[in-house]
Amino acid sequence: MAGNDSSSFAVETDQLSRRFGGFCAVDRLTLQVRLGAIFGLLGPNGSGKTTTMRMLTTLLPPSSGSARVDGHDVVGDPTAVRADIGYVPQMLSADPDLTGYENLWIGAKLYRIPRSERRERIEEALDFMGIDQPGELVRRYSGGMIRRLEIAQSLVSRPRVLFLDEPTVGLDPAARRTLWRHLRELRKQWKMTIFLTTHYMEEAAELCGTVGFLRAGRLMHLGSPEQLCHAGGRQRSLEELFLEIAGEPNPSDGNSYAEVVRSRKAIRRHG
Amino acid sequence: MAKRLAELLATWDQTVALAEAELRKLRHDPIELFTRIVQPLLWLLIFGKVMDRIRAIPTGGLPYLDFLAPGILAQSALFLSIFYGISTIWERDSGVLTRYLVSPAPRWTLVLGKALGGGVRSLSQAIVIFGLAAALGVQIRWRVETVLAMLLFTLLGSALFSTLSLIVACLVKTRERLIGIGQLLTMPLFFASNAIYPLQLMPAWLCLLARFNPLTYLVDALRALMLARSQSSLGLGTDFAVLALTLVLLIALAARLYPRILL
Repeated sequence: MAGNDSSSFAVETDQLSRRFGGFCAVDRLTLQVRLGAIFGLLGPNGSGKTTTMRMLTTLLPPSSGSARVDGHDVVGDPTAVRADIGYVPQMLSADPDLTGYENLWIGAKLYRIPRSERRERIEEALDFMGIDQPGELVRRYSGGMIRRLEIAQSLVSRPRVLFLDEPTVGLDPAARRTLWRHLRELRKQWKMTIFLTTHYMEEAAELCGTVGFLRAGRLMHLGSPEQLCHAGGRQRSLEELFLEIAGEPNPSDGNSYAEVVRSRKAIRRHG
Repeated sequence: MAKRLAELLATWDQTVALAEAELRKLRHDPIELFTRIVQPLLWLLIFGKVMDRIRAIPTGGLPYLDFLAPGILAQSALFLSIFYGISTIWERDSGVLTRYLVSPAPRWTLVLGKALGGGVRSLSQAIVIFGLAAALGVQIRWRVETVLAMLLFTLLGSALFSTLSLIVACLVKTRERLIGIGQLLTMPLFFASNAIYPLQLMPAWLCLLARFNPLTYLVDALRALMLARSQSSLGLGTDFAVLALTLVLLIALAARLYPRILL
């Protein structure tokens, strides 16, 4: 399904903001992500990456400002947005008490995949992500395989934009590299736009055509990794730039308790 | 026409998706079914047998055990369903719920699917209790249509209480509070109903309360359908209308609250 305007952007936000009580998690964020790009949203813990992603995936209503995904407004037409996107959250989104295949099967029904195409689409997605034990219960999968299954799960509906929240957290270097390869292929073969968040600067440099740096909910920098590394005539790595931007850790805008629990859980499950 | 049919079929698939997930999980791990059977068994074997002997409760000529069996069936559906919201809290904590909510499925289909999932769980238990009652000598009305209608009512009733539990889960958001409120609800719902004694035996105020209790209508229908020598005292049509209408209202409310469990 194409967006309802001719814009060449997969994601467009305008002054997008989200406040929780007095705390502003995302502050007037304005950015565009081109169709077919791999975009990385970077920033320290609690900088608003996940909140941004939850607004773009229609899970969280913005406090002000607007956002369009694949041409559809996230508030005005959430169902159209949902039909066009895939989302792999940081947390476990596959049901551990079902098999890999069953997880995709249930998903295919929720996404209104016609009965006649269901099997074929599921097998295609499993095949693409290299899931070789679709009949096993997910709780017996390894961390890397769960991640790949979760991506396979979101491929069944052939989304135009894929959102990945810290996709490689807790994976070992080999599993991480496998995942990178899959993401690059997805972009090439399926012409998919990928919007991801990450803490790993080498991951951003490796994968993303464009990155945005968030700090305390504000967009500090936007550009290709090369541009950012050369900015101001001074050569530095993304890692150094990250430390420059993040500055001294500020106890008040660090992780909330719930976030710590969540990311520790994610790490434990992949570890 | 064909397009409308395909549309309808897709919405049906979306609705039964979460119920199917529940059924498949139950098939992977059916142990729960057996542990859940102990409590209703005790009610029938001990409470039923003893009360049968003292003949203190006017049952309209039925042996007390016969009178009790449909009540226990309804009770087990209630007890199982009233805590069903825990599964949604677990899904929220694990992250599975996020996947449901980012799907284009209308929120009411997700909630109804979840409710039917609760119904499926109760149904599997109801079949065991039904068999148990027959084995204990309860005089069953052995007709295909009444047995099917009985299962339909069980599904309806447990979907209703599952939705109620889901609503509480969306409001209180934690497992501990949900268990607390579930425990607060079960006994009043159970005792202010005709499950273990008839409405005629109740003081006027309790009888009035019982009339507002969906469990009363479930028990009334089950008693009429399950037993060979019993009739509905409220009318099967009324029973069905009350349960179905309450379910629709609860689903509408739950569909509004469901996405908020994430916030």
